[in-house]
Amino acid sequence: MKRGEFLKKIAQAGLTVLGVLIINFFLFRVMPGDPATMLVRNPKLSPEAVQRITAMFGLDKPLIEQFGMYLRDLATGDMGDSFIFKQPVILIIGERILATLLLALVAELLAIAAGMLIGIFAAWKRGSRLDVISLGFTLVTYSMPTFWLGILLVAFFAGFLHVFPVSGMISPSLVFAGSLAKLGDVLHHLFLPTLTLALVLVGEYALVMRNSMIDVLTEDYIVTARAKGLSEKDILRRHAVPNAMIPMTTIIAMSLGFTITGALQVETVFSWPGLGRLMYEALKGRDYPLLQGIFLITSVCVVAANFIADILYPYIDPRVRA
Amino acid sequence: MFRASRLGMAGLVIMAAFIAVALLGPLLAPYDPLAFGKAQDVLNAPSAAHLLGTDDMGRDVAAALVAGSRVSLLVGLMSTLISMVVGSLVGILAGYFGRATDTILMRTTDIFLVLPWLPLMLVLAALLGPSVWNIILVIGLTGWAGTARLVRAQTLAIKERQFMERARAIGSSDAHIIAHHLLPNVFPLIFANTILVTAVSILSETTLSFLGMGDSTRPSWGMMLHFAFESGAASTGAYWFILPPGLCVLALVLGFTFMGYAFDEILNPKLRRR
Repeated sequence: MKRGEFLKKIAQAGLTVLGVLIINFFLFRVMPGDPATMLVRNPKLSPEAVQRITAMFGLDKPLIEQFGMYLRDLATGDMGDSFIFKQPVILIIGERILATLLLALVAELLAIAAGMLIGIFAAWKRGSRLDVISLGFTLVTYSMPTFWLGILLVAFFAGFLHVFPVSGMISPSLVFAGSLAKLGDVLHHLFLPTLTLALVLVGEYALVMRNSMIDVLTEDYIVTARAKGLSEKDILRRHAVPNAMIPMTTIIAMSLGFTITGALQVETVFSWPGLGRLMYEALKGRDYPLLQGIFLITSVCVVAANFIADILYPYIDPRVRA
Repeated sequence: MFRASRLGMAGLVIMAAFIAVALLGPLLAPYDPLAFGKAQDVLNAPSAAHLLGTDDMGRDVAAALVAGSRVSLLVGLMSTLISMVVGSLVGILAGYFGRATDTILMRTTDIFLVLPWLPLMLVLAALLGPSVWNIILVIGLTGWAGTARLVRAQTLAIKERQFMERARAIGSSDAHIIAHHLLPNVFPLIFANTILVTAVSILSETTLSFLGMGDSTRPSWGMMLHFAFESGAASTGAYWFILPPGLCVLALVLGFTFMGYAFDEILNPKLRRR
């Protein structure tokens, strides 16, 4: 990739993050009923306390200056203190973020692999039973609330099949066990949440892969490949699939926000100790600083992942490289 | 053409059935969906008296389902209306005026498109406070980006057509051209998109209510699932408390998705079978 192009992509990602920061700033200071104003309006507060809070949030300064203060604080990692945990938001989020990333990443990779396989076969045997079933499956999983699928799986595995744990990340008895036993236990706990999230994601990927494959298979170069006497397998592997991957990449990058949103829901249902579970607790306690921190961090994660996809794009689509 | 699509017709029937239930409302269910039952009424399995059993407060599940259909449809349709107005406006203005307007509007759209919508909606809903109208506002104001992109692309295509140039040549104002020449041509696309966005809006409402952001005076299907989850119905096997609300969401959203799919196929020639 040329250097100018690279810088442009960085600037774009930076602009998106700036947008998120502006949204976040306005939510906290300007919206009707924003927490800062509500704190100050509390009639039980003494005038000194009101003055202290006003100074703390810089509410007496012009907006642009307040925004500058907000950015300065963020740059030093200061996202305020959580109301319910009485700790800096950044520390609480830091403890939980890896669990969310683990869940989202494993589910995403599973869904991509399964979605591609299903899509390729559905397109190759178009109109077959597999094709119809996978389309129906896609429509149903798309129309289902993610958390509800999780609840169904919990009910099934808690009520009938006691094979996988339905709650938490590690068994309490294993907290002091060896690292190998711990790893196995975490994977065991990871199974159901990952399955739920992957099931919700796989339908869309399969459908996009199928449609993109059908597009590719009607192209002239496929006819040429067939005329050259290539085997069907070679046509698929060397000509059809690489080209069909291009729209897939775009969809995967576009739906990262959806993946995170799904992970947050799944975590709530399975008590997975990540950001989703944290968000549920923050909502119950109306913990605004924590909620905003979660919004900011998940947004930055999605923007970063999009940026990486943008950088990788030319390696998948040679036409962009030229 | 719509009639020929079996999927589309199935969707229409599902939607009509839910609208009928929502309109008839209390006539269908003999119980007050908000009235708490006595201690012996709590979490009863389905019986002749309570066809779908009772919930953790002794309320009739069937009555709550009927009441919930009103909330889901109201929130789904109204928030979609907001999304459509904002999305169409942004898309048309960006596509029609181009240049700096386009850049600024589309950059904003891109931000809304990639953001994880759930945390944003939750922050907004928590700040505004839980009421049906606030939820409508929150879902509507976060769900317009896809529509804006779609409408902009269509606007760009139509802008190049000859009748647009003709209108400009005879000195029509921008407002006149947009209202009389552009909008009628973009409208079919907006309509098909509306149906699909409604499906997403209903899912959003369910998720927000499930996470406890619902209006407790207007119980929805999502809120039923919230109470089911909080009371541990999943592990105690109270299937009548978990299945019906989820199945209703699934059926209604499927109905809208089927219809959207059918319209998309009619209006979007690219998708027709080759």
